[in-house]
Amino acid sequence: MEFRRAELPNGLEVIAECTPGAYSAAFAFFVQTGARDETDEVSGVSHFLEHMVFKGTNRRSAADVNRELDEIGSNSNAYTSEEQTVYHATVLPEYQRRVVDLLSDMMRPALREDDFNTEKKVILEEIAKYDDQPPYGAHDKCMSAFFSPHPLGRSILGTSASIEALAPEQMRRYFEARYSPSNIVLAAAGNVDFDKLVADAAEWCGGWPRHDAPRSTPRAASRAGFHLLRKDSAKQQYTLELGAFPASADKDRFAARLLATIVGDDTGSRLFWDLVDSGEAEYCGMSNYEYQGTGVFSTYLCCPPEAARELWTRMDAVLADVQANGVTDDELQRAKAKLCAQIVLSAERPANRLFSVGNNWIQRRVYRTVRETVDLYRAVTLADLRRLLETYPLTDRTTVTIGPLSKW
Amino acid sequence: MRVIRLAARSSPCFRESPVTIHTHAFANGLTLLAEPMPWLESAALTLLLPAGCSRDPDDRSGLASLACELAQRGSGKRDSRQFIEDLERLGCDASASVAAAHTSFGGAMPAENLGETLDIFADLTRRPHLSDDQFDDARQSCIQEVLALEDELSTRALHRLRSRHYPSPWGKSSLGTVPSLEATALDEVQRFVASQYQPTNAIMSVAGKFDWAWLLDKVGRHWGDWQPVPLAVQATGEPLGGYEHIPHESSQTHIWMAYDSVPYSHPDYYEARAAVGVMSDGMSSRLFTEVRENRGLCYSVSAFCHSLRDRGSIFGYAGTTTERAQETWDVMLAEFQKLSAGVTDAELSRLKAALKSALIMQQESSASRTGSMASDWYHLGRVQTIEELSQIVNGLSVDRINRYLAAHPVRKLSVVTLGAQPLQIATA
Repeated sequence: MEFRRAELPNGLEVIAECTPGAYSAAFAFFVQTGARDETDEVSGVSHFLEHMVFKGTNRRSAADVNRELDEIGSNSNAYTSEEQTVYHATVLPEYQRRVVDLLSDMMRPALREDDFNTEKKVILEEIAKYDDQPPYGAHDKCMSAFFSPHPLGRSILGTSASIEALAPEQMRRYFEARYSPSNIVLAAAGNVDFDKLVADAAEWCGGWPRHDAPRSTPRAASRAGFHLLRKDSAKQQYTLELGAFPASADKDRFAARLLATIVGDDTGSRLFWDLVDSGEAEYCGMSNYEYQGTGVFSTYLCCPPEAARELWTRMDAVLADVQANGVTDDELQRAKAKLCAQIVLSAERPANRLFSVGNNWIQRRVYRTVRETVDLYRAVTLADLRRLLETYPLTDRTTVTIGPLSKW
Repeated sequence: MRVIRLAARSSPCFRESPVTIHTHAFANGLTLLAEPMPWLESAALTLLLPAGCSRDPDDRSGLASLACELAQRGSGKRDSRQFIEDLERLGCDASASVAAAHTSFGGAMPAENLGETLDIFADLTRRPHLSDDQFDDARQSCIQEVLALEDELSTRALHRLRSRHYPSPWGKSSLGTVPSLEATALDEVQRFVASQYQPTNAIMSVAGKFDWAWLLDKVGRHWGDWQPVPLAVQATGEPLGGYEHIPHESSQTHIWMAYDSVPYSHPDYYEARAAVGVMSDGMSSRLFTEVRENRGLCYSVSAFCHSLRDRGSIFGYAGTTTERAQETWDVMLAEFQKLSAGVTDAELSRLKAALKSALIMQQESSASRTGSMASDWYHLGRVQTIEELSQIVNGLSVDRINRYLAAHPVRKLSVVTLGAQPLQIATA
């Protein structure tokens, strides 16, 4: 296994973790753009653009793109987050050149008006789908309540109104501003021919014009608050919370992930034993998310509406207890065993490894082997967790609850 | 003991040794299947017990799920907490689920912890406490699952479709209902476990990094003396079929359909699978192209093959806003009907590329391999190697697929919609 890196003259970085002999090879363009880079007028454009990237280029129609992705048997998709838009495909090694050709071409989409109008309907359907699905958009509402006016408070999907109003020209301008090669990383993992990858990238991406694509990173001033939203058709009550946690470049992020596991993993955590094991809550958990310059922990409680208030109070008590008394060494050791095993098992597939390698690079400009990552988790101490809690108290949270309840 | 040896793969890979699938039939009815994947650092296991929800009495639906939940709340020398904590220490990503035919326990873990995980699974399956002090909490957890399903609209509609399309007891929802769970007593769970957590027709599959002789010895010591119990014969009823609308004030209407195909064990199964692949696998598939790409009617549209042991079906799904639901249904149904006219060389060629990739990449994961092995054994009574499956895929032809399609047109539909308005749907 070997890590390789190259940079084209126009600023496009090419990185890969090469594992000769692996069954597959995974490739992705990581574009450093997402909801946080939008304005009110174009809310949702990053995600809409992600869809439009599959709708053809000057060399290919939308049907050509879809057909070619299938011809090489690729397992491909894309996603948009607050900070990134990622286009990825995993193939057998023999298809490396074809998939890189295709993905590279897709990164210069034609953005045709007819395609734009048809795909707009698909985006509106996607918004409707999430409107019907727990927690009914409450994640967006909680991010907004916690972060606004910081750009991380923006919705990834946008709203029906913002998507309806969006014009192709606005999307083209956004694309021109954000899809600069200096703002994109081509990442690969698995059975990759790196020299060939760089040569192909130079052929197909070398002509992309470079320009600055700055990101505004104001300080996040998070706010505590409580928001009750009504959803009459829901049977259960869904309560989400956010609190401040380490950012993506923060050395405490390993401790943060371990603490979230101890307090709120799906099974075996404090919240599991207190609220889920008894069958009182359908789900109660905690996780953490890292962004550039800031981070959050998030709690999620799903339970019958009549029990919501009491269970929320008990969840609060669990968090307060951890804040006051910390966690035990046994809990820390179990969380390490669990997380490290997950990391090692997941890394067996190049398709998974691609995201670890790519995210590490795009967020931190760091490459770590699986072993190095595991060692960093293993090195976390109870003192690290204590310091984390002092810096980021679990008791300061913004709450959004949605469901049939009309009062709390 | 039967050992199948096959030639090494021709594609580039770490491995030079021949692929070996070990099988061992214990006298008590348990079959052990094992495929060493020495290039991995992990191991995974799946254990299928003849404790599916098809064995739930009609007035005790959810019984198998409640038994599965309660069994995990203490077994052998471990209480409920120790059971979970010990699996965590071993880095075992454990799972448990109930389907029509089986209760399934599984786990993937660092290879060196396979032995200790097997120790825990032996307690779980042979020595569950099923104790009174955990019973109420276990039942309440099962009730929570039923309540949560109320808000998962697409899944809820699918559960209803399965119950209409398959004959009783094969279309039952494993979750049960709140009244049936509330009516279930501890001794009923204990009796269910005594009769269904047993080795008759049980299947254990293991894949990953391990030594076969060591595994056979370990499994033999844990489960070799497990006493079999005769399995009750199950009567199969008549399917309901037809169309049902579930009213719900939602933005989208969820449309599920099913019609008969062939089961996994049928010689034409891969022809059926290929036809569904043309409909739904990949971004150039017919449903994605016609329903989503060309018309923008929905975000999600798909189809898949589903198989019981003696019958198979093709399922289709679309989720779309109320005012576009009728058009979505019309377009989707028209695509299924058009399929009878046959698939093209280009479509089959793309599908083969996708299936070949998926097969080769299955070797990257012990967990995905162990699931396929157990399923093969249940349906076929043997395990197909990756090489064998590759040959099947290579052998698929347009002619054979089209012959299958001509013989199996879309007819006798079962349809369930969930949303604000019912649709105009003819199911005959």
